[in-house]
Amino acid sequence: MSKTITIDGKTIPFEDGQTIMEAATAADVYIPHLCHHPEFTPHGSCKLCTVKVNGRNCSACTFPAAEGQDVLNNTQELIDDRRKITQMLFVEGNHFCPSCEKTGNCQLQAVAYHLNMLDDHFPLFYPNREMDASHPDVLIDHNRCIFCALCVRASQQHDGKNVFAISGRGINKHLIFNAESGQLKDTDLDKNDKAAHICPTGAILIKRTGYQVPIGQRIYDHHEIDEVSLATTEHQHGE
Amino acid sequence: MANKIRVATTSLAGCFGCHMSFLDLDERLVQLAELVEFDRSPITDIEHCTDCDIGLIEGGVCNSENVHTLREFRKNCKILVAVGACAINGGLPAMRNFIPLEECLSEAYLDGIGVENPQIPSDVELPLLLDKVRPIHEVVKIDYYLPGCPPSADVFWKFLTDLLAGREPELDYELVHYD
Repeated sequence: MSKTITIDGKTIPFEDGQTIMEAATAADVYIPHLCHHPEFTPHGSCKLCTVKVNGRNCSACTFPAAEGQDVLNNTQELIDDRRKITQMLFVEGNHFCPSCEKTGNCQLQAVAYHLNMLDDHFPLFYPNREMDASHPDVLIDHNRCIFCALCVRASQQHDGKNVFAISGRGINKHLIFNAESGQLKDTDLDKNDKAAHICPTGAILIKRTGYQVPIGQRIYDHHEIDEVSLATTEHQHGE
Repeated sequence: MANKIRVATTSLAGCFGCHMSFLDLDERLVQLAELVEFDRSPITDIEHCTDCDIGLIEGGVCNSENVHTLREFRKNCKILVAVGACAINGGLPAMRNFIPLEECLSEAYLDGIGVENPQIPSDVELPLLLDKVRPIHEVVKIDYYLPGCPPSADVFWKFLTDLLAGREPELDYELVHYD
């Protein structure tokens, strides 16, 4: 007999060492997430995957599954919490979807759609953030970075490089590049690197590819992120 | 006429794109006109609103006149609705928020290419610009939000028919877009 947990009353098997997120995904149960990616060590920063485990809030992407856990995922309370978290992500950056190349392929936007987020609720920060267009093939727009650190992890753990890091705190937190000049063009990032394609938002874009698929025909224009997330093993949306 | 639902609309710092999208209701406008009458709106040219049931606000808040208009709508409308990306998060006009206002005005009226007789407009009739463009929920309480740039005619239709039928308005997945 394999060990099991329950998620919203449904019995889910797991193997030792699996997180709640991994067990859920294997059983086709979607838990909203942005900073989680099955290939990389969990980061636990976006908090969208917050679930209630035996009455306490935990991040499903970092919390190990254990025999008999009673996990709540799709409750109105958790959905409301996740919507608020998503609203916070929107107001602390500059997310102007109509002028973003990633619109329709953006996981931040798709999670917001999934949670039926219709407004930002909070006052907007409008932080002053820069762009880095120095690299011949890759554009960085710091306005849209949510500090999920997926590019940091992909560069280190998949590409065998160390192009990205997160620096600073609070409103001054930002993505930095591993080069004396601080510019992306002076790093060893290549447009074919996993790190250049893993951004869940429009913060890292491949130049000259943005409108190959017209708005209205993009992934999340017609498919919810839960469906896409469970159907794709290769989590690489957006091209 | 007396028992029709009264609707007012306006565009603040917007492009009238949401109003154009509203007009995309096409023949459904005839159906709508049987149920509602328009008060203050670019459609009627009525300049101030009086007791209304629904107020539709396009655009964010970029100047002092926008603030007065928005407050007038809030005071006179039972239900106030933020329509479109600009009303909800400032939208395209808010992209000036990252450039100091003085620089914006200088570029447009003093130093820009092709500017003749450079001067910053200062007629007393002109509303003063705010230092930043803000979404409308930061100024008054908003009851409902219709995202989109613009929201499609189907969004207006679903929202208004829900409301007119006494249902809590709900937008299906395909109707919710931020672009």
